[in-house]
Amino acid sequence: MARFLLRRLLNYAVLVALATTLGYFLAGTTLHPRSNYEGRNPPLSAASINRQLDDLNLNDHTPIAKRFGRWLGGVVHGDFGKTVTGDSVTAEMGRRIGVSLRLLVIGSFLGGLLGVGVGVLGAVRQYHFSDHASAVLSFVILSTPVFLVAVLLKLAALNLNQLTGVQLLDYTGEYTPGLSGGGAHLVLDRVRHLILPTLSIVLGQIAFYSRYQRNAMLDVLGSDFLRTAQAKGLRRNHALIKHGLRTALIPMATFFAYNFGLLVTGATFTEKIFGWHGMGEWFVDSVTTNDVNAVVTVTLFVAVLVLIAGMLSDLAYAALDPRVRIR
Amino acid sequence: MAIPTDPILFDLDEAAALESAEAAGLSRGRLVLRRFLRRRLSVAGLAVLVFLFVLAFLGPYLSKWDYRSHDFNAFLEPPSWSHWFGTSQIGEDVYAQTLRGLQKSLIIGLLAALFSTGLAAVVGASAGYYGGWVERVLMWVVDLLLVLPGFLILAILSPTFRGRTWLLFVILLAGFSWMITARVVRGLSISLREREFVQAARFMGVPSWQIILRHLLPNMSSLLIIDATINVGGAILAETGLSYFGFGVQPPDVSLGTLIADGTRSALTFPWLFLFAGGLLITAVLAVSVVGDGLRDAFDPNAASPRGRL
Amino acid sequence: MSEVLAVSELTVSFPSEAGPVRAVRGMSYSVSSGEVLGIVGESGSGKSVSALAVMGLLPRTARVGGSVRFHGRELLGLGDRELSAVRGKGISMVFQDPLSALTPVYTVGDQIAEAVSIHTDVSKNEAARRAVELLELVGIPEPAIRARAFPHEFSGGMRQRVMIAMAMANDPDVIIADEPTTALDVTIQAQILEVLGTAQEATGAAIVMITHDLGVVAGFADRVMVMYAGRPVEAGGVDDLFYRPRMPYTLGLLGSLPRLDATEREPLTPLEGSPPSLVGLPSGCPFVPRCPMRIDVCSDTEPPLAPTADPRHTAACHRRTEIEARELGPADIFPAPLVGAAAVARLPRESRQPVLEVRDLERHYPLMKGVVFRRQVGTVRAVDGVSFDIREGETLGLVGESGCGKTTTIVQILTLARPTAGTVVVLGRDSARLDRGERRALRRNLSVVFQDPLASLDPRLPVGDILSEGLRTHGVPKQRRNRRVGELLRLVGLGPEHASRYPQDFSGGQRQRIAIARALALEPRLVVLDEPVSALDVSIRAGVINLLEELRARLGLAYLFVAHDLSVVRHIADRVAVMYLGRIIESGAVSAVFDTPAHPYTEALLSAIPIPDPRRERARRRVLLEGDLPSPFDIPSGCRFRARCPRYAALPGGLGARCREEEPVRLPQGADHDAACHYPPAPAAI
Repeated sequence: MARFLLRRLLNYAVLVALATTLGYFLAGTTLHPRSNYEGRNPPLSAASINRQLDDLNLNDHTPIAKRFGRWLGGVVHGDFGKTVTGDSVTAEMGRRIGVSLRLLVIGSFLGGLLGVGVGVLGAVRQYHFSDHASAVLSFVILSTPVFLVAVLLKLAALNLNQLTGVQLLDYTGEYTPGLSGGGAHLVLDRVRHLILPTLSIVLGQIAFYSRYQRNAMLDVLGSDFLRTAQAKGLRRNHALIKHGLRTALIPMATFFAYNFGLLVTGATFTEKIFGWHGMGEWFVDSVTTNDVNAVVTVTLFVAVLVLIAGMLSDLAYAALDPRVRIR
Repeated sequence: MAIPTDPILFDLDEAAALESAEAAGLSRGRLVLRRFLRRRLSVAGLAVLVFLFVLAFLGPYLSKWDYRSHDFNAFLEPPSWSHWFGTSQIGEDVYAQTLRGLQKSLIIGLLAALFSTGLAAVVGASAGYYGGWVERVLMWVVDLLLVLPGFLILAILSPTFRGRTWLLFVILLAGFSWMITARVVRGLSISLREREFVQAARFMGVPSWQIILRHLLPNMSSLLIIDATINVGGAILAETGLSYFGFGVQPPDVSLGTLIADGTRSALTFPWLFLFAGGLLITAVLAVSVVGDGLRDAFDPNAASPRGRL
Repeated sequence: MSEVLAVSELTVSFPSEAGPVRAVRGMSYSVSSGEVLGIVGESGSGKSVSALAVMGLLPRTARVGGSVRFHGRELLGLGDRELSAVRGKGISMVFQDPLSALTPVYTVGDQIAEAVSIHTDVSKNEAARRAVELLELVGIPEPAIRARAFPHEFSGGMRQRVMIAMAMANDPDVIIADEPTTALDVTIQAQILEVLGTAQEATGAAIVMITHDLGVVAGFADRVMVMYAGRPVEAGGVDDLFYRPRMPYTLGLLGSLPRLDATEREPLTPLEGSPPSLVGLPSGCPFVPRCPMRIDVCSDTEPPLAPTADPRHTAACHRRTEIEARELGPADIFPAPLVGAAAVARLPRESRQPVLEVRDLERHYPLMKGVVFRRQVGTVRAVDGVSFDIREGETLGLVGESGCGKTTTIVQILTLARPTAGTVVVLGRDSARLDRGERRALRRNLSVVFQDPLASLDPRLPVGDILSEGLRTHGVPKQRRNRRVGELLRLVGLGPEHASRYPQDFSGGQRQRIAIARALALEPRLVVLDEPVSALDVSIRAGVINLLEELRARLGLAYLFVAHDLSVVRHIADRVAVMYLGRIIESGAVSAVFDTPAHPYTEALLSAIPIPDPRRERARRRVLLEGDLPSPFDIPSGCRFRARCPRYAALPGGLGARCREEEPVRLPQGADHDAACHYPPAPAAI
C-alpha cells in the first residue's frame, strides 16, 4: 500500500510542478510590475526601474524562462523570492499560512461533521418538515455567494451588537491589535473574531455535505443489505445507523476532494472581507499590485492543498471501503 | 413533491415503475414532464427564472433611466418613485444598473454553462469510448486542470480581458469548470461502451464517432441537461465572485458581481446599493438550482451524481 | 406436524404514477414445520412481494391487507419492536442476490454473529464462535479464517451459503427463501439446494421456497403454489400439480419448458403474449388474453381457487372440471408449430461448408486489482486454447458456467481482430489477415443477439432506426432500408407499424424478437446467440426458441448458441461444446454428449440440471461438485478440472499422477464425440 501511495504522491508532485510552472508563466506574462513604477512623481529613470525590477526578479525585459529559472532555483532552497515591496515572500507566507489553515481546517471539519449529521437526518426523516426545511436552507445557502454571506453576517453582527449594546461579535481582523490582559482574555478575543468568518465558511460546507449525504443515505436506504439487516431482527433505526450510515459515508470521501477547491475559493472571500491576513487575501492584493512572486507562491500553496485533500480523500476511501483495499 | 416512497424498500424498482406507467400509455417524455410538474418548488423555480429573463431584458424599457446616465440631482438617494432602487454615489440609477448587471450575469451564466457542458460531453465521451492513450491524455489534462486552482488562474488572467470582449471571459470561465462533469461523462461512457446495444453497433461496423453521437450522448442526455442547468448557477456564482474582486466583468460593463462589490463598501449605511443586486443574484441561482434538482428527480429519481462547483 | 405459518387473503398494493399497483390480490397458504412449500411464478406475479409482506419488510407506502399468523399470532399491524423480535428468530429469510444482500463493509463473520447476538444474550466471543460453527455447517472451508473475509471476497455460491447460515442462526421455525439460486450456476445451485436441505434438517423449519424454476420445485417441494398476476392460480401436492395440472397457465408453463430428458426434438408449446400489467387489471381472469381455452365467462368473472376432484388440489379456472375430465395435456391446449429443417441441413455434415472455424484461440489479459490503487497482479487466461467449427445450417451449443470464457470467446470472434494466439476463420477468411474493407464486408455475414433485450436495444432510438442502423452503415439506400425494416418486423412476428415505436414500448419477448430482427438485417450466414432466452420470463421463452428454429429452417442460418442452460441447448442444438476454464473439454453431437457424457464435468453439469418431473427428480442421484470454479488467473497444473473432479478423487493410488502432470487433450469417444479426460468411462459403459 505504501508503494501505491508513493506512486500516487509522485504523480501528484508532477501535477503540482506543472501547475506552478503554468501559474508562473501566466502571471509573469499577464501581470505588469513595471507599471508600479511608471507615472511616479518625480519620474524614475528607466535604468533605475530596471535595476529595481532586476533586483526583485520581476523585469519583463528578462526572458520569462530565465526569470522562472531564477525563481525556481530559490524555491529549491526554500526561498520564494521577493514581493514588490522587496520583502521576503517566504517570511510573509510564514506569517499568513497559519491564518488560512486555521480557517480551512476548522471549516472542513465542522462543515463535514454537521453536514453529515443534517444529511442523515434529512434522509431518515425524508419528506418530513425537518427534511424540507434543511433542503430549502441548503439551497438558499448554496445559492448565496460567500461574499454575500459574509457581508450579511457582518450586517447581522452589527445589528446584534447595537441591540445588545456590547461588542459581542467582532468582524474585523483575527484579533484586536494591542489588546492587553490575561491569557483567557486573549483567547476569548480570538474566539470572538473567529466566529463570524468560520460561520461564513461552515454554512456553505454544511449545506454542501448535507445534500450529498442525504442522497447517499437515500441510495443506501433502498439497498438489499439494509433489508437483510432488518430481516435478521435489527430494529429499523439501529440498522439505519449501523449498516446504512456506515456504508453511505463512503462516497463522502470522494466529495471531500471535489469540495475542497470550493472551500479554498470561499476562504479567499472570507479573509478579504473580514480582514484576515491569510493567503487568500494576499493573493487578491498581489494580483492588484502585480506581485508575480507572491501570486505564484499562493498558487503553489493552493495546488499543494488540493493535492493533500486528494490524498486524504483516497486514504479515507480506502479506510472506509474494504473493497478497494489490497490484501 | 414526489410521492413519498419509504426507502427501506425493495422498491418496485424504477424500471418496473416506468414499465407499468408506460403500459398505461405514458411515454418517457410525458412521464418526465409529469414528475417535474409535480414538484411545485421546481415549477416555481422555472417561473421565477422566466420572470428574471423577462425582467432583465424588458425591464430596462420601463424606466426612463439608462444604466450609463447620471442624475446629477440625486446622489445616494434611497429608493423612491423616480429612482425605484435608489441612486449611487455618482447619481446612477440603481434599477437600471441592476437590470443591466442581471442581464450580463444571466447571459454569462447561460453561455458558460453551455460551453462547459458541451466540452465535458465531447471530452468525457471520447475518453470513455476510445480508452487507451486517448483516455490517458485527456484524463491527464483533466487532472491537471483540477489541480490548477481555476479561480486563481482566472484572476491571474484578468488583466488580459481588460478592454476586450466579455466573451473571452465566458470562454475562460467555461474552460475551468468542465472537468468534473467530464469525469462523470467518462465514467458513464465506459459503462455504456460495455452495454450491449453499443457492442451490437460496433459488431455491425458502425464507426466510432457515429456510435458516440447516436448512442452514447443521447443516452446521457438527462445527465447533460441537468448538468448544464446546474452549471448555469455555478457559472453565475463564479462570475460574480471574480467580478467582486475586479477580476471578472470589466468596466464600463456591469454585472451583479461588480454592483455588489461597489455596494458592499457602504453596505452598512446605504444597503440599497447592494441589496437589490444581492437579492436578484440569490434568486437567480436558487431558481436555477431548484429547476436542476427538479429535472434530476424527474429524469432519474434514484440518481445522485457527484458534482462540485468552481 | 403443526401449522406454524398461516397466510390468508393477503393483499398488497402500491401507489404508482399510473395508479395503484395491485401486486398481491388475495393469497392464502399455510406451512407446517418440516414441510417445503414451493411458490412458483414469473416476475411480477407477486411472489416476492408476498414474502416481504409476511416479514413486514415492505415500504410503508404499501397497503397490506388480510392476515399473517405465526403460531396463531397475528403479525400484520405489529410495530417495529414486536416484529423485530420475530424476524430472524421465528421467521428468517434468504434473499436472491447475496452480493447486494450483505453489507459490504463488515466481515461475514461479524454479520452472522450479529444475527446471533440480536436475539440471544451472548458475549461477543461466543457469537463469533457460533458464527464460525454456522459457516462450517453450511460447508465453507476453513470457516475460522473465512469468517474474517468481506462479502466481496466470496464467490456467489459462498455468499449464498453465508445468507443461509445467517437465516438458520437462531433456529427459526420458518425459512423463506426468495429465489435463492437464481443468480447462481447450475452446479452451485445444486450445492445450495443441498445446503438448504441441511439447514432444514438442522432446524426442523418449514421452508417457503419462492422461485420461477419449476425444475427446482419438482425435487425440493412437498406442495406447490403457482402464482399469476398477483394471485395463486393452482395449488396442490407436487405430484398432482406436475402430473395433473388443471389450470391452462400451469399447463402452458410445463409444456413450454425444454426438457433435458427429452429424447427427440419436439416443438415447445408456446404461451403467446406476456403477463398483464398490475395497474388497472380488468375484471375477469387475468390469463384470458393468453388462454386458448377462454370462454365468455372468463372475461367477466375471475375464477376463484376451487378444489378439483382431489380437495387438496385447487385450481382457478372456470373449465377445470372439463380439463380434468378430458385429461388435457399441454399439447392438447396449446397448438405447437411444426418446424422443418433447412435444405442445407439435410446434407451430411462433411459435405457442408464451414462458416466458422476457431483454432487454438487464446485471449489473455492482465488482471488489475484495486479501485483507488491499481496494479497488475497476474494474467487472466480467459480463453486458453479453444477449437471448434460450425458448418452451414448447423447449430453449435457452447455451454459452461459463468466465468468459463464463453463470452470472451464470442467477443473475440465478433470483433474480427487478431487474437492473442490462434486463428478465427469466418467463411474461409482468416480474421488476422483482413484489411479494413474486407473486415467490414465480412461483418455482414456475422451477427449477434445478446442476452438482455432491454440492454441490447438503444432506448433512445425508435425500432425502425435500430433495425436500419446496420443497413445504413453498409450503404443500403434509404428506400430499400425502409422496405427491409418492414420485412424484418414481419419475419419475427411483429408488424411494420411497430417501426416508429421505442424499445420500451414492447414486452420482453417482443424486444428479443426485435433484437433477432436486427441480427438478420444484413442477411448473415452465422448468428451468434449469447444466452438469447435466459433473461426472458419462463412463459415467453418457448415462443422465442420456436422463432429461432423457424428462422434457421427458413433462412438456412448457422447458429453459435451460447448458454448455461443445458436443457435449452439440448432442445435447439445439433452439436454441443462444453467449456471449462477457458478450454473445451468435451464436444460432439448433442445426443452423444448428453446421453453418454465422457467427461466428469459434463456428467456433473447434466446431473445438476433440475428436471420438472418430481418422481424422476427424486430418484436422481446427483454428482455434486466440490467448491467453485477456480479463477482463470490461477489455473491448476495438469488437468484443470482435477481439483473438483469426483473421478480423480476416486482414482486408485498411482493413477492420479497423470491428471496432476499432464493436461489431457480431446480424444475421440465415438462418432462425432470427443472429450479431454485421461480416464473416460470404458467403452462398455457407453
